[in-house]
Parts: sequence; C-alpha cells; structure tokens
Amino acid sequence: MSEYFFISLAAIVAIGVVAVLLLLSTILGPRNPNRAKLTPYECGIIPQEEAKGRYPVRFATLAMLFIIFDIEVVFMYPWAVSLGELKLFGLLEMVVFIAILGIAYIYIWGRGGLEWD
Amino acid sequence: MEHIPSPTVDLVSLAPVLVLSVFAMMVLLVDLYVKRDKTLVIFISLVGLLMTAISAFAKFDLPVHSFNDSYVVDELSVFFIMIFTLSSALAILLSIDYNKREGIRMGEYYSLILLCTVGMILLASSTDMIMIFLGIEIVSICLYVLAGIRRSDPKSNEAALKYFLLGAFATGFLLYGMTLVYGATGTTKLGLIAELIREEQIASKPLMLMGIVLLIIGFGFKVASVPFHMWAPDVYHGAPTPVTAFMAVGPKAAAFAAFFRVFAEAMPVLSPSWESLLCIVAVLSMFIGNVGAIMQTNIKRLLAYSSVSHVGYILIAVIAKNSLGSSSLVFYMLAYAFMIFGAFGIVILIGRKENEMLEIADYSGLAYKHPLMAISMSVFLLSLGGMPPLAGFVAKFYIFSAAIKEGFVTLVVLAVLNSVISFYYYLKVIVYMYMKEPEGEFQISLAPMTVFVVVIAMVGTAGLGIFPDPILYFTQH
Amino acid sequence: MELLIFYPIGTLCVFLALGVVLNKSPIGSAMCLIGMMLGLAAVFAIQHAHFIAILQVIIYAGAIMVLFMFVIMLLNLKGDDTVWKTREGNTLLTGLGAVLVVGILYKMTEITGGGEFDSPTPIQETFGTTVKVGTTLFTDFVLPFEVASILLLAAMIGAVVLAKSKMDD
Repeated sequence: MSEYFFISLAAIVAIGVVAVLLLLSTILGPRNPNRAKLTPYECGIIPQEEAKGRYPVRFATLAMLFIIFDIEVVFMYPWAVSLGELKLFGLLEMVVFIAILGIAYIYIWGRGGLEWD
Repeated sequence: MEHIPSPTVDLVSLAPVLVLSVFAMMVLLVDLYVKRDKTLVIFISLVGLLMTAISAFAKFDLPVHSFNDSYVVDELSVFFIMIFTLSSALAILLSIDYNKREGIRMGEYYSLILLCTVGMILLASSTDMIMIFLGIEIVSICLYVLAGIRRSDPKSNEAALKYFLLGAFATGFLLYGMTLVYGATGTTKLGLIAELIREEQIASKPLMLMGIVLLIIGFGFKVASVPFHMWAPDVYHGAPTPVTAFMAVGPKAAAFAAFFRVFAEAMPVLSPSWESLLCIVAVLSMFIGNVGAIMQTNIKRLLAYSSVSHVGYILIAVIAKNSLGSSSLVFYMLAYAFMIFGAFGIVILIGRKENEMLEIADYSGLAYKHPLMAISMSVFLLSLGGMPPLAGFVAKFYIFSAAIKEGFVTLVVLAVLNSVISFYYYLKVIVYMYMKEPEGEFQISLAPMTVFVVVIAMVGTAGLGIFPDPILYFTQH
Repeated sequence: MELLIFYPIGTLCVFLALGVVLNKSPIGSAMCLIGMMLGLAAVFAIQHAHFIAILQVIIYAGAIMVLFMFVIMLLNLKGDDTVWKTREGNTLLTGLGAVLVVGILYKMTEITGGGEFDSPTPIQETFGTTVKVGTTLFTDFVLPFEVASILLLAAMIGAVVLAKSKMDD
C-alpha cells in the first residue's frame, strides 16, 4: 500500500494548493465591478451570435481517427514496459503492427482524410 | 531481467490470412493512384482471392494447431476458406457492372470485401475466443461500411446505421458471454475449455450458463436468427445488391463456423443446457422467416426473410453436432452460395439505372420477354425451396439426416413442414414471371460479368444437385 | 485498507453515474461521465489492474469523451434544446421493466447467497500488472495482437469512407 501513500499525498497537496489559492484570491483580491468590466469581452468586437453554433462533421472524422490511433498507442504501452524481456521478437512484432497501421496512415493521407476541405 | 523465449510462429498455416491481407492492402494503395478505371483494382482483388484459395492447401497432415492452440487448419477451415474465396470472388464479379451502373466508384469497396474475407477466414479457423471476437469484429465493421457505401442514398444510410447500432449492441452480448465463460473456466482456448468441461462439473455453474446464453444471443444476431433477425430485411434491402448477396453468404457461413466450433466442438458435454434453446431459436427462425417472406412484395426483402428461415435449417446442423453435422454444414453453405448469388445476379440484371425493379410485380411476364432469365430465376428459387434434384434439396437432405441420426425427429418434421410452406412464396415469384401479363417494359442490358456469375451459379446449383458425391466426399474426408 | 479507499470512490462513482442520467444538460452528463470513468480507473488500480486503469483513462476518459463532445456540438443544440426533453412515460412498459429488474435482482441474490456461485479461478500475484500483460500479449497472444491491427485498419477505412465530408467520387 505504501506506493499509494505518496500518490494520495500528491493528490491532496494538489487539491489543497488550488483550494487555498482560489480562496486567497477571493478574499484578498480587490473588487469594484462596472458595466464595461462585466461584458464577456472587455475589449474587441461584441459577439454577433451565440457561441453554440453547429460544428462541421470534419471534427467528428478527425476525432474518430484520433481514437483509432489512440488505441494503437495503448498497445505500445505494455510493449514498452516489457520490451526488455521480449528482446528482438518483441521488436519485430511491433514493426509489423506499425507497418500495417502505416499503410492505413498512407491511405488516409492519400485519400485526403486529413485535409480541411 | 529474465529472457522470455519467443513463441513459435507458424506462418505457413497462417498463409491464407497473410496472402489476403497483403492483397487487401495492395488494393487499398493501388486505388490511391488509379482514379477512374477500376479494372486494375478488380483484377488484383480477384488474383488475391485465387492465391488465397491455393495457399489454403499449404498444410498437410491436418489438423494442424498453431499459435498456442488459438489457430487451427483442419478440413472444416480449408473447406470454409474455399466457400469464402468463392463467394467473395462472385460478389466482386457481380459488383463490376452494378457499381458502374449505380455510380459506386470508391475503390475502398474492393479492399473492404477482401478485408472482410480475412475476417471470415480468421473466424472459421480460430479456436480461441479472443480470435473469434476479433474475427467477428473485422467482418462486422467491413459490412457496416459496405452496407452504407452509397453515401447519397438514404436507404443505404439507414441500412448502415441500423446494422451498426444493433450490431454493436449484439457484439456487447457476445463479449459478455465470452467474459463469463472465461470467468468460469479461466481460459479462452476452446480446446482447454472442452477439457475442463469434461473433467469437472462446470455444467451447473451459473457463470457458465449465463455465458452460454449470452453467446447464443451474440451469435444469433450475427447469423440473423429469430428473435434477433429484425435488422436483416432492412439491411438487405438498403445495401447495394451485390453486398446483400455477399453478406447473405460469406459472413453468415463464417459465423456458423465459429458457432459450430464454440458449441458443437467445445461444449458438446454441456449440450443439455444449450440444445433446447437452440432448438427454439431454429424453429422460430424457420416459421417467422417463412411467414415473413410470404407477406413481402419486395424481392430483396423476400430473399432476406427466406435467408432467416434458412438460418433455421442450418442451425439444425449445429444442434446435430456430429461429424455429419459439420460436413452437411459446409455442403449447405456451398449450395446456398450458388443459389443466392444466382438469384441476386438475376435481380441485378433485371434492374436498370433509374429503376432497380425490386418489386415482385416488376417480374410480371418476364418469361415471355426473356425466357432464359425466367428459367434461371425459377431454378434458383426452387433450389432455395428444396426441390429435387437441385442443390438445395441435397443440402437439406444431409442436414436432416444428420439430425435424425442424433434423434431429433420432431425438429426435422417441423423443418420439412417449413420447406413446404416456403414453396408458397418462391412459387409466387414464378407465377408472376410465367402467368401474368408484362406491366412495363423490360430494358435489360446483359452485362457480361453478371451473366457470367449467373452461369457459374447455375452450373453450381444444378451440378451440386445432380452430382453431389465428389463434394460430399471432400467434406467428409 | 483497500475497502477504506474503495467505498468513498465507489460511492462517488455511483453518484456520478446517477448524474449522467439525471443531468439536465448533455454537456453536464458528459462531464459526470468523465468523472465516473476516472473513479472507475481508481477502482481498477486498487484491484492491482494497473494496465486497465491506464486504459480507462486514455481510451474512455480521453479519446471516447472527445468524440462524445464533438457529437454533442455537432448536433447543434440551441436554446431550449440544450436541456434534455423527458418523454411521457409508458406506464405499462415502466411497470414491466421494473418487474424484470426486480426479478433479475432477486435471482442474483438467490444464486450468490446460496453459495452455488463459485468464485472465479484464483490468480497469481503478478496477474494484471503491466509487465505481465505485456509479456503475455506479445508471446501467447501474438496472433490476436497482429490481427487487431487489421481490425484497426478496417475501422480507419470505414471512418474515412463514411464520415469524410467530401469524397471526389
């Protein structure tokens, strides 16, 4: 359990520091609001429409590709941890794995999947 | 740091998978460079399928277990690889003219079919539940995309979305089932599970029973058996017609192969706990499939419901679980491949660019204008119904005799009764073709490749029916 | 000691899960979901399944939630739409659902209480550590590992074919 002790300690310290800082700035900070200060943008152009607009489907495509590559990276984590024991064979395995996904990457690139058209 | 010995890698037994994966990636990359003309892409795909079929015979002294007992080359898997490569090749041939007509110009279409076939081969040759899961996922993902490949057609989109949502849900059930079986036995290898079941009394373990039920739900969805069939008519209707034919044969055969391995080969001792469930599913599939088909007016939906009823017959082979069961399973799938590709080939031939002619009424009077096509369609439909001396009859006969050998007489009686019911709607189409006046004009351009597929299917359907012995010999030895 | 950590985190997870269902705005639900995923990761870590804990954070709290957020924004919710609409409940269905849930719960407690429910096979001390997962995955399960890359390849083709906004053909 000892390893958890330090992690919990770090977590408690992190939360504590944030809480204390927030508290201090609320108590000590000077506050004299006026109308100009309360507008969303103190300087610059006043927004014309709501920020909640429609986002184009391209974001979703990118997000999907991101997930798939993310899953690929997850495989590398245990591989990196145990590579010392797996030696050459482990390296070859990962080369094949990356090669197949490299082909997928070439395909996506060639097909314009990463272009913002 | 200790050195872990490298596992033995038997690339020769993996040859079909390797060859086909390489070809699938080649198709994917070549397609980036050819813009309009897909002839090269199609050629590479067909060569790849041929090479795969040849490489399936790379191993002698079957069965060969490799990769720590998670992959097997045996008679069943070799024969299934033949069915998969044949059906994928037929699907690609059917697509050539259809895709030109309907404006499907994506080259990914062909590489997805090849990747799907890779998944099917893995599914039929795996003896590890993790591999079975991966195989099913590869097949399903390719099919979701293929069903929705006509991006501007709302029907195609609907098919893809329905298939994806329900399919993902069913995959969840399958995975939960596998997890529970793993929890009860501590292994994912089918061979070890079979041993454990034989040695210990796992049969009564609630974990195991729950796992089995969830597995039946998952597989039941993938093969479209009642009550998990609701997606089939919509997806079959909305998908491009060659894809419909493809998914009615290959992926279904692959799912049945895995079904057979998990239930009949790994858990025969537990059969009292799954047999009755599968019997209910089989009988329901036959009845609801046939009754549903009677009410259809659209030919693709009719064939979809008829395939649901065929799932009922094929399930009987799994229930029989003897060696005759496995050989009748492969024979049925081969015969079914010919019949389905023939029937859908005719459906594609009759359609034209503006109007796909999918209503049964559109077939009125076909016999007067195009007697050869009407005759071929009748042969395929009658074979689907199980009329002697066609392939469908022999296939059904072998499945039924496998079941009778195990004493499932009631089940077989119900199945025969259903074959009789099924003639009603197959004959309905034939009546339209021969006894009604033509309603509109048929504008049929005989696309050479599609005609070629229909001819192959015709030879197969008639040949397997009249001379079943050589193929049966292969399936049994 | 483990239970001392488990109960607070478990309770937090349950409340956050309730928050996902009961929250008025989709974004709020998504935030609760992230919190619950992190809580679950902590539960896995307590169970010595460190690798799964990491997966939970990277895949679910990270990647999947990004997609959820994009989809929520994609749906273009404006004004009143940002609040979930509750539908008129179908009393019969609700009743049947309740009966089903009670039935399942009853059967489960009966089985687990009756002692028939064998605990799963005992495991070794090193089971589930990242090193162990790595060595097993890359020796006994080489084939599934490589096949997974084929699966990911198919998924990427699918994502491009179905979701790319402009395809030249």
